Amino acid sequence: MSFQRTILTGICILLLSCGQQNPELVEPPDSGTPLRLRLLTATQYANSITHLFGADVSESVLPPIPPMDRTDGLLASGATLVGVTSDQISQIQLAAARIAELVVDEEHRDFLIPCRPESVNGPDAGCASLFLSATGRLLQRRPLTDDRLVELVDIADYAATETEDFYDGLALALEALLISPEFMFIMESVEPDPEQPERLRLDDYSLASRLSFLLWNAPPDDVLLSSAASGELHNNQGLKNAVDRLLSSERLQDGMRAFFDDMLAFDEFDSLAKDPVVYPMVTGTTLEHAREQTLRTIIHHLLVEDADYRDLFTTRDTFMSMPLATVYGVVAGEGWTPFEFDYDSPRIGLLTQVSFLAANSHPVRSSPTLRGRALRERFLCQRVPDPPPNVDFSLLEEAEHATTARERLSVHNSNPSCAGCHLITDPMGLSLENFDGAGIFRQSENGAELDISGELDGIFYEDISGLANALRNHPKLSACLVNRLYAYGTGGAVSLRYDRDSLRWLEQEFVAENYRFRALLRTLVLSEAFSSVRPIPVAESGTIASL
Amino acid sequence: MKTLNRRRFLRGTLGGGIITLGLPLLDVFLNDNGTAYADGSPIPTRFGTWSWGLGMSESIFVPKKTGADFDLPEEISALASVQHHINLYTNFHVFKDDAPNLCHHSGWVILRSGIAPTTRENRPGETIDVAVARQLGNATRFRSLSATATGDVRDSFSYEGGNSVNAPEWSPLRFYQRLFGDEFQDPNASTFIPDPRVMVRKSALTAVQEQAQKLQQSVGAADRERLDQYFSGLRDLERRFDLQLTRPDPREACVMLEEPANLANGLDADLVSKRHRLMTDLMLMAVACDQTRVFNMFYAAAFSATTKPGYDKPHHTATHEEAVDTELGYQPNTSWYTRRAMEEWGYYVNALASFREGDGSLLDNTFIYATTDQSFAKIHSIDGIPMFSAGTAGGRVKTGLHVDGGGTAGCRLGFTAQRLMGMDIESWGDKSNHTSSEIGEILV
Repeated sequence: MSFQRTILTGICILLLSCGQQNPELVEPPDSGTPLRLRLLTATQYANSITHLFGADVSESVLPPIPPMDRTDGLLASGATLVGVTSDQISQIQLAAARIAELVVDEEHRDFLIPCRPESVNGPDAGCASLFLSATGRLLQRRPLTDDRLVELVDIADYAATETEDFYDGLALALEALLISPEFMFIMESVEPDPEQPERLRLDDYSLASRLSFLLWNAPPDDVLLSSAASGELHNNQGLKNAVDRLLSSERLQDGMRAFFDDMLAFDEFDSLAKDPVVYPMVTGTTLEHAREQTLRTIIHHLLVEDADYRDLFTTRDTFMSMPLATVYGVVAGEGWTPFEFDYDSPRIGLLTQVSFLAANSHPVRSSPTLRGRALRERFLCQRVPDPPPNVDFSLLEEAEHATTARERLSVHNSNPSCAGCHLITDPMGLSLENFDGAGIFRQSENGAELDISGELDGIFYEDISGLANALRNHPKLSACLVNRLYAYGTGGAVSLRYDRDSLRWLEQEFVAENYRFRALLRTLVLSEAFSSVRPIPVAESGTIASL
Repeated sequence: MKTLNRRRFLRGTLGGGIITLGLPLLDVFLNDNGTAYADGSPIPTRFGTWSWGLGMSESIFVPKKTGADFDLPEEISALASVQHHINLYTNFHVFKDDAPNLCHHSGWVILRSGIAPTTRENRPGETIDVAVARQLGNATRFRSLSATATGDVRDSFSYEGGNSVNAPEWSPLRFYQRLFGDEFQDPNASTFIPDPRVMVRKSALTAVQEQAQKLQQSVGAADRERLDQYFSGLRDLERRFDLQLTRPDPREACVMLEEPANLANGLDADLVSKRHRLMTDLMLMAVACDQTRVFNMFYAAAFSATTKPGYDKPHHTATHEEAVDTELGYQPNTSWYTRRAMEEWGYYVNALASFREGDGSLLDNTFIYATTDQSFAKIHSIDGIPMFSAGTAGGRVKTGLHVDGGGTAGCRLGFTAQRLMGMDIESWGDKSNHTSSEIGEILV
């Protein structure tokens, strides 16, 4: 490269980096999201118990959380709407009793309770107070009020007297904490912003919870609650320090695994199975590993390598385990090991991993329609409508003996009421037909050669690599990630009316940061939108959230 | 610090006391006629539901004859052994009125709530079992129980409200532990030791509720409703604690079952059948032990995805893609799936009849309401959606009948059921599904 050219390149890079601080990239004014009341998800419940009392205590109960409705692509957004039935409350109580019993048993009490009672046969208000105030602060994610603490100590004392056992008493008070709505719900509260008194913002503890549930999928730890107590989270530098600590913690991986598990609808794996006659090598373990493989790929790519988000759809790098190696037809060692598919392998990016292919198929055969729908809904945030009720299926019957899925599905294109939707799902789904219903590679289907050419929103291609690249470069790909992350982090589905400008700005920032996910996370949690509160109009909620 | 206010706590007087039963078990169960318990209290009435997926093949499902001794066409021939215990209802309609026909959703939602849903996410009102549980459920540990044979916790036909689904038990092992784990009080145990901790729990609950009610002031209306619901749940806990402090009445048919092994995931018909039978056995033992009087069993989800070994189309796919065999006049594989469902319906009814209770069976004191999501699933039809009932609700229902609804509202059966359960309602259902007409043919 000539000297002149080097200088020019340098200038270009300089200009580009100037572009990253483009003065136009400022957050839109009046950004904010509504106050939210979210039920803990099952993993958040488990993480809360694990971080406070240890994995063995947590694993002894199934989180007593009802299934959530997937709302605008996320189960997490369903947590803002879900109600708790009385049957569920009884399960919450049983789980609470079991946890409390374990925390005070002889195996755990010396590690988990910071003091010894004067006598184990009766009350000790001092020791109970010490334990309950510390534990209550972590469980409720803010300090207990004096009244509340007195009440809990009261319960512990009374119960210890009745049962003639200090630890039984303490367990019953802990149980009361664990069934309280302040633990089971993430309840946000507001305060006026002192710098702009007409604006509302999350109070310190609510902001701490938003940060840690997004980044760690767990409640704030002691340090973060202390930052909240000192008011640091509403000071720019204080917030940056706290965020950088959260981002550099190992728990970030837990948090982001939870996010992608939700965005990719991997809850499907909780009940997924393949027909053992048709796919004898695909067991429950294989499917569990398929889910794990994709999460490992994503976490490594985005958080460890800090690589371009879009390249997840074209990367050949992944991780392999022995049960999966059988399905992929490759060799793998013990445990999980890094693995790279050959340059000419049909395995390229997330769409060609077993998780995507198997979860979006029938138990006994592949489904181009389900795969195409999943591609659009999960990665591009587009909504594919349900089939109309009055479909004439007679043509499909005639296609029953078709050799390939392409032949079978071609009948949809001749029926106008089907064609509309099938044209937006099938062309890309058909390009994945080299993989059967379990994600195993096949050269042909029922002896017929497969035509895997296709089109994604105006981009025509010949093979799987073409589809992978078309998706990688799709203009909606990054906007969709931003949309989902914003909803996930702020606790509810986005409102295009109120959030559109914030979403556009975040996407621009993401592009300017070369599609680096860590940078996107940081921009989001430091934004006004993340910590400011938009009052819900009377028409939407029946009242304006009071201060 | 505030001084301790112990007055708010109920003082326990049980002090771990032991109550011993002196009579041999069999003598304490019943009065001399076998129609009531020894203390004169009547044998309770129970309400159950059952559901299957994707309707029927009308030509081989609907009997030619109505009334008693109806013929059993081949798709329901598996019901021969229970025919005298059940009623079959055909030619009843559900009406969507101005709502869209939401495939596999409108049919069951209307039959269970009386209201046509407007979107797939929409669950209007509450389901019938929830309403009945308010009437029957207060005397038992569980107001109601639900279980599914699909192994998927998301498959439920029971909800308290739009966002509050009663999640079914999906794992036999977990269901067993929930029913017969530490909290279970064996009604036939010779001794009863009230747990002093339960009294404390009850007192502590008062404090939790008082504290929690303060929270409601700081949230919007929709969230306030959700918190309200949480408090109702806490109040229900109080009721359960009271029950735990009361010696349960002995129950003749209540016997401890072996802990079951867990089953693999999957929907192949044999596995679903195995799961259905395990869950049914557990559920009905819970009823026999008077742990609940309202119970839901789900054999399949609305979009039933049961599979048939060696056949590439799951049930739902088959209903649409399989041709009607011109010689047979129906879809043979689709019918295979329905026949499997009917075998399980037969199992369920027989199981209920096998529990001895008084001079009859558990089924005699029960009314079961069984529904599906479509009539002819191939074209998403909900006209003539079939239903069953089983049991006589304490001798108040005639059984062994095939009832032709003459195109009237299917919600009449749900309305009849609620009246039988003692609910003081004049009518049930919304718009065209609204009815105040019981199905008189089945009433004694």
